[in-house]
Amino acid sequence: MSSELIPYIVKPRPDTGLTNGKLGMWLFLASEVMLFGGLFSAYVLLRVGADAGQWPIGSNVLSVPIGTINTLVLITSSVTMVMAWASLKMNNLARGRTYLAFTVILALTFMVIKIGWEYSPKLHHYTVWFTDGSSLDGHIEHKELMDDGTIHHIMFVPDAEGKEHPTARQIEGEQIKRLATFGPAHDTYLGIYWTLTGLHGLHVLGGVIAILWFIGPGVLLWRQDPEHYTHRVEFVGLYWHLVDLVWIFLFPVLYLL
Amino acid sequence: MDTAGPEEIRKHVKIYLTVFATLAILTVVTVLVSYLPVSTPVAIAIALIVASVKASLVGSYFMHLISERQAIYGILILSVACLILMLLIPVLTDIDMLISSDVS
Repeated sequence: MSSELIPYIVKPRPDTGLTNGKLGMWLFLASEVMLFGGLFSAYVLLRVGADAGQWPIGSNVLSVPIGTINTLVLITSSVTMVMAWASLKMNNLARGRTYLAFTVILALTFMVIKIGWEYSPKLHHYTVWFTDGSSLDGHIEHKELMDDGTIHHIMFVPDAEGKEHPTARQIEGEQIKRLATFGPAHDTYLGIYWTLTGLHGLHVLGGVIAILWFIGPGVLLWRQDPEHYTHRVEFVGLYWHLVDLVWIFLFPVLYLL
Repeated sequence: MDTAGPEEIRKHVKIYLTVFATLAILTVVTVLVSYLPVSTPVAIAIALIVASVKASLVGSYFMHLISERQAIYGILILSVACLILMLLIPVLTDIDMLISSDVS
């Protein structure tokens, strides 16, 4: 058994009372706290440093209902993750793998909602800043470029503001001071939003890969040493709960404040 | 939790489901309190308090911290202390501006 070759894999060390894997995972999670903490403090710095009235209200830029749904999806995935571990502790591999599969499905649901209903619309939504200092939000129906690549004119549909199908208006290139999507370069609020949620999303995908391993090829370990397999699933669970924890703070900070 | 047998785990499953329901309710609470007509610093404080309650539920029960060893607490306390310091630095450098004018 693998636990006989390397000490303190399934039996805790007498001095710390922990297995190697548990200590290692918690040290890694501490480093993850510092990683996201650094970005959260960047958020604080940017917001505190912004001129009065310049920092947008989160709910005006982001969809609170979508953020709430995604929060509930991720919390549910944390429950299925801990239920997977509990099933394995009760010696039920099939139920454990089922709960792990539900965790993956919920994680991918989170990402589909994020990419499909949040990220993608933002990359098709524009702000035009005019040379006279005003600005307009909306969508581009058509863009005409000159030979050197600069804008000749755009057909721009301003945001509805309660009206149905406002008509496109032509905006000449020389009227435009700046044209940007609601991507990370739009302003510092969206810059920190895309950075924080993008890094969090990558962590979700990393967790999905790890969990898929334990549903698939990793099951070989259960047949050799079920306790070792269960411990590893617990450690992946610890990582997964931290990913959920980060979102628990991200959601109110970005969407509600 | 490392040495817990199947019977003990069964009792914990009830706790996990209770925590899940609590987290779902607190998520709705988080959204509802954001509509309260309070100043920005108060709104930030309320949001962080509710988020911290949710985080401690996830940490205590899903991550088994409530029955975990001292070594883990030590690692966490150190990293949370550093985190709080990092979050306070931008606020403290601009504290004179924050307390003397309206915060947006």
